[in-house]
Amino acid sequence: MNAIVPWLILLAPLGGAGVITLFTLRWKTLSSAISVAAVLVSFVCSCLVFAHAASSAAQITWIDVADALRVRIALTLDPLSRTMVLLVSGVGALIHIFSLGYMRDDQGKSRYFAALSLFMFAMLGIVLASNFVMLFIFWELVGFTSYVLIGHWFYREAAADAANKAFITTRIGDFGFMIGILMVWMATGSIVFIEIAPRISSLTSYPTFLTIAALLVFCGAVGKSAQFPLHVWLPDAMEGPTPISALIHAATMVAAGVYMLVRVAFIIQASQTTLLIVAWIGTITAAMAALIATQQDDIKRILAYSTLSQLGYMIMGVGLASSEAAMFHLFTHAFFKALLFLAAGSVIAMLHHEQNIWKMGGLSKKLPITFVTFAVGALALIGCPPFSGFFSKDAILALAYERNMPIFAVALFTAFLTAFYVIRMLVIAFFGNPRSDSARESRESPPVMTLPVMVLAVLATVGGFGFFARRFLALPVEKHIATFVPALAVIALIAGSGLAVVIYRHRETDPVDLKLLRHKFYVDEFYGWLTHWTQELLARVAAFVDRWIIDAGAVGGSSRGTWGIGALLRLVQVGNLQAYVFLFGLGVVAVIYFAVFR
Amino acid sequence: MITLGDYLLVSAILFATGFAGVMLRRNLIVILMSLELMLNAANLSLVAFSRFRVGANGLPNYNAQVFVFFIITVAAAEVAVGLAILVALFRARQTTDVKDISSLKF
Repeated sequence: MNAIVPWLILLAPLGGAGVITLFTLRWKTLSSAISVAAVLVSFVCSCLVFAHAASSAAQITWIDVADALRVRIALTLDPLSRTMVLLVSGVGALIHIFSLGYMRDDQGKSRYFAALSLFMFAMLGIVLASNFVMLFIFWELVGFTSYVLIGHWFYREAAADAANKAFITTRIGDFGFMIGILMVWMATGSIVFIEIAPRISSLTSYPTFLTIAALLVFCGAVGKSAQFPLHVWLPDAMEGPTPISALIHAATMVAAGVYMLVRVAFIIQASQTTLLIVAWIGTITAAMAALIATQQDDIKRILAYSTLSQLGYMIMGVGLASSEAAMFHLFTHAFFKALLFLAAGSVIAMLHHEQNIWKMGGLSKKLPITFVTFAVGALALIGCPPFSGFFSKDAILALAYERNMPIFAVALFTAFLTAFYVIRMLVIAFFGNPRSDSARESRESPPVMTLPVMVLAVLATVGGFGFFARRFLALPVEKHIATFVPALAVIALIAGSGLAVVIYRHRETDPVDLKLLRHKFYVDEFYGWLTHWTQELLARVAAFVDRWIIDAGAVGGSSRGTWGIGALLRLVQVGNLQAYVFLFGLGVVAVIYFAVFR
Repeated sequence: MITLGDYLLVSAILFATGFAGVMLRRNLIVILMSLELMLNAANLSLVAFSRFRVGANGLPNYNAQVFVFFIITVAAAEVAVGLAILVALFRARQTTDVKDISSLKF
């Protein structure tokens, strides 16, 4: 197989982004066509690479520092990355097509599609990277494109703020990630994944060092996959266009953290402490996000919190030392969450950018296709059999049941909450009476928007079945407990859905009002307070240094010192010729004394 | 017998006299004269060195004498310039007393 095809996956979107930015910014339709064509080329190449198991890619040596550091621009083409490439380019292609409809009348359409193509390049780069340096570069590029796309409607203050917040928050994680990479390099002397793996296992002398390195690498995933405590950016990122939310902030970019952890699973699994911390971070995020989601009113924010919660499940899977379970959930989640976001986007577009579920209602009759597809996504999300989410969530739950009981309990409770808030959203938005004029007058979306949604609905339905998923993934082994755990999960699901239906049927306003959850556990407020006081403190210290040490000490001191010395020297300048002669004579005497007698 | 030490003593006395004159006298003309005295004290010691440092060929060391000729020439030039300045100064200030010429200070 030609060594160029794998590169084409990566370079087609880059070329698309380049051409749009340089030449076709004025012709919006042409720009969008280029972008879609680029992602389709990517997708076709991905299929080719996926079909040929023994494919290889050309590589270039980029940095070579005398055996100390050797960086090759090379691609990884193992089963994991081949599946992920197919997933990313496939979901990406569907979302590109959906964007054609969603962004039809947007002023910045060319800019949007250029950034979308650049994002595809970066995301596929993360997936295909063969070493930490490449991974980190694409990692940052993904962060940047995410920033651009969240801030697509930058004239809206909320969008600009959200873009900044997303970028800065993920940067905090990335900083740890970078140090982690350097520590791994220090410990093993290599940055290439396949070289690190055997060296890590032979490296037992510094367990603490390795644990810290692993946790710092995990830091990167915490930022990018929006895990507690850096989860705050993801809900705000919903200010971006909905296809972006679907692609970046649900299906692919946020999953990059999980993918990266699976890719370097050997580092994480080298230490029990790391595994435990990772598992609990995932569990806390899952439960906390689910709790917050029960009290949100914005349809996209609810979905964003559900994303957080599901990412928590994946991280939990990684922390329970099962990359297979995490990847399985990532795989199904990508389908059903992209589906949910696109269906929600279809709703939002048809309701003239109304996102409050209390302004919707009765949409099941107005938007039948959207409703059915959204319902499929919702059922997959809450893990209702036989939809895909059931299988993958079940795999993680079974794993937790087997390895860590407290985590299993929290995960089960989260499953209950998930059912509750998803059914709440479904009941409020799609049933009952329309609660606003736009909801009353809405019509079904055009085919360019409903077709990708329908494709995703099919994938979200069958994505979990063994016969389908096994083609793409190594599935976790099923154990005998697998009959008991699903039963519990289904009970939690029925309890949560039932409760939601009972509380929210035929309601015009929210009967439940929990301040703590509505304000997202006050995490944003806490961060606001923290940054405010840190800044205040730093500012005070800086002001003190500036006013007293720099102004009074360095600047004032040197001027006053010069004045003082000048005043002293002025005493010598009497203007009397003979006084000078006298001093001159003394000087000569001194010089002779020192020259001759010393 | 007159030795090198005697010459040097005379030279030192001349130099000291000249220096004292420069330092103590107020009249600029006298100061210039005292300067000449100091220069010639140096000349005297140079010539004395030349005379008493006879080389292996029986000839004195002429380097010092060449030096003295240079000093005499330069001294003549210096006096010309110095007196010119003095005249210019007198025209401007109607005085040759250094006590009155002390405005070049802070």
